[in-house]
Amino acid sequence: MNAVTAPVVTTTYREALRMALREALQRDPRVFLMGEDVGRYGGTYAVSKGLLEEFGEERIRDTPLSESAFVGAGIGAALNGMLPVVEVMTCNFSLLALDQILNNAATLRHMSGGQFNIPLVIRMATGAGRQLAAQHSHSFEGWYAHIPGIRVVTPATLEDARGMLWTALMDPDPVIMFENALLYNLEGELAADAGAVDIDRAAVRRAGSDLTLVTYGGSLPKTLQAAERLAAQNISAEVIDLRTLRPLDMTTVLASLAKTHRMVIIDEGWKSGSLAAEIMARVMEQAFYELDAPIERVCSAEVPIPYARHLEQAAIPQVETILAAALRTVK
Amino acid sequence: MTPDPMLARNLLHQMVRIRRFEEKSAELYSAGKIRGFLHLYIGEEAVAVGVMQALQPQDAVFATYREHGHALARGLSAGAIMAEMYGKVEGCSHGRGGSMHLFDAAAKFYGGNAIVGGGLPLTVGYALAQKMQQRSGLAACFFGEGAIAEGEFHESMNLAALWNVPALFLCENNLYAMGTALERSEADTNLVEKAASYRMAGKSVDGMDVLAVVEAAQQAVQFVRAGNGPYFLEFRTYRFRAHSMFDPELYRSKAEVERWKQRCPIAGFSARAISEGWLTSETIAAIETEVAREIAQAVEFAEAGTWEPVETLTRDVYTARTQTE
Repeated sequence: MNAVTAPVVTTTYREALRMALREALQRDPRVFLMGEDVGRYGGTYAVSKGLLEEFGEERIRDTPLSESAFVGAGIGAALNGMLPVVEVMTCNFSLLALDQILNNAATLRHMSGGQFNIPLVIRMATGAGRQLAAQHSHSFEGWYAHIPGIRVVTPATLEDARGMLWTALMDPDPVIMFENALLYNLEGELAADAGAVDIDRAAVRRAGSDLTLVTYGGSLPKTLQAAERLAAQNISAEVIDLRTLRPLDMTTVLASLAKTHRMVIIDEGWKSGSLAAEIMARVMEQAFYELDAPIERVCSAEVPIPYARHLEQAAIPQVETILAAALRTVK
Repeated sequence: MTPDPMLARNLLHQMVRIRRFEEKSAELYSAGKIRGFLHLYIGEEAVAVGVMQALQPQDAVFATYREHGHALARGLSAGAIMAEMYGKVEGCSHGRGGSMHLFDAAAKFYGGNAIVGGGLPLTVGYALAQKMQQRSGLAACFFGEGAIAEGEFHESMNLAALWNVPALFLCENNLYAMGTALERSEADTNLVEKAASYRMAGKSVDGMDVLAVVEAAQQAVQFVRAGNGPYFLEFRTYRFRAHSMFDPELYRSKAEVERWKQRCPIAGFSARAISEGWLTSETIAAIETEVAREIAQAVEFAEAGTWEPVETLTRDVYTARTQTE
């Protein structure tokens, strides 16, 4: 039997996102991108670099610094036959558009008795770790996942960076896509024919049998490193990438727990009222008797993220803190 | 402008429909049939009626939480609106929205927004989509003068003018943002100048005179349809009733309310229509009879409506979709 190796390309998370945008723009004339500095500047994180030249100003639309107006305009355009991709430079600025997201995008379908769809995708960078201090280091994934009416996705791999956008655009409801800024330079191999992926299910990124590490987004690489270190101590950790935070795929999480009976949740949000808390609560409700040890959480410290590097690093999940929590759990 | 008898009849008919519908709503609120917040449009009827006269079915309408009048003038049935306020499935939003969230996709009526200024960005985006898809309809957005103080107003005005989208901004200046008078909240109370600062054409109109509203709206619509970009209209109007059913009206004098009531758009237009010979008092009486029948039927429809079973509580939060493999 001949092993056929599928052709792969070496690429980055940033380029995978750009491939996804380019494909969507080529594939459907209803798709357009708008946001601050997405055009002439090439995107704050260079995700949309070159797209203005390729698709023109109508479809790669620079906006003024008016988050509420351009996010709301995205909702209005989605109500009216378009498939807008709105880039909010970072989730930190998304608070200026929160009214539009929560009071319009998330509610219009329901308040109208199901008369309208809002096939909108809002992309935003998220996360700490670059010494940008409190106002530029937020992780609001869990906050947004609190809201019924929107879907929250967190691509953490090249495949998902390449594949989630199209699926999100084809979803009739608003989808918020969080891109952890530390992932943009992530490099690796991607199938040359990579395309759309599902946005319904969590993924097992590493199989294991002793404990389950549940995470998403920017914490996935750290969690995988921690799992590698655990393997060196003969501890077999299963790593679950939630991928979609709303709706949560608890089936995958609970299937893993049924195998390992131990769990650590790694979540860059603040611990109080976090997504990690929600997962813990659901495990208590749905699988309490599966647990052989208390669930541990590795979250951000209860502090606005500080500037000084050592303090910032101490405030957010790290390989060492994940490792320590995992060891306590299997002890 | 001089209306032909048909137009005069229609304008009066629509204003009377709104007035009587609102009076009935207030009554049903007191009777406990309608709950939540109820904001009456009494006194401001000429604005919605005059503007709708100038719009076409291909245009979209975005309104505020004081929108029963806009919905009626846009062609939503009184029964569907009343049933909505009763919370019945037969309501225009299937009982999920209530008084402040009336919707009708077929009429391109996009609500009913209870956040002041919340519909403005939607209107810009809707109008942008019209332009990008080379469609002919425009997007019209009603909002109160209270919205002028919101950042979303300024962001939206700028974006609409910058992108030259076919949007009509319709400011219903009834002088009070709930209980705060315009001059107590704005450093500059000239609203048309604010539009002009975004290089948007605009005009201030007597919102108590339905013919003045029709004329200004027609000119504005023509301007926008010709591809000249957005247009701003300020309608100087007044609400005769309290802000909502919970407002003791401590912020304005009875004398002021009475002065404005002298300028009632319905009484004023009726008197003029008779003296100009556009309408007879028999026609006006016939309108009242017709409207009374319509409102009675609307209440019957709402009363006969059904409650959605609780089992479907979480319906319409997301679109039903098949799982992606």
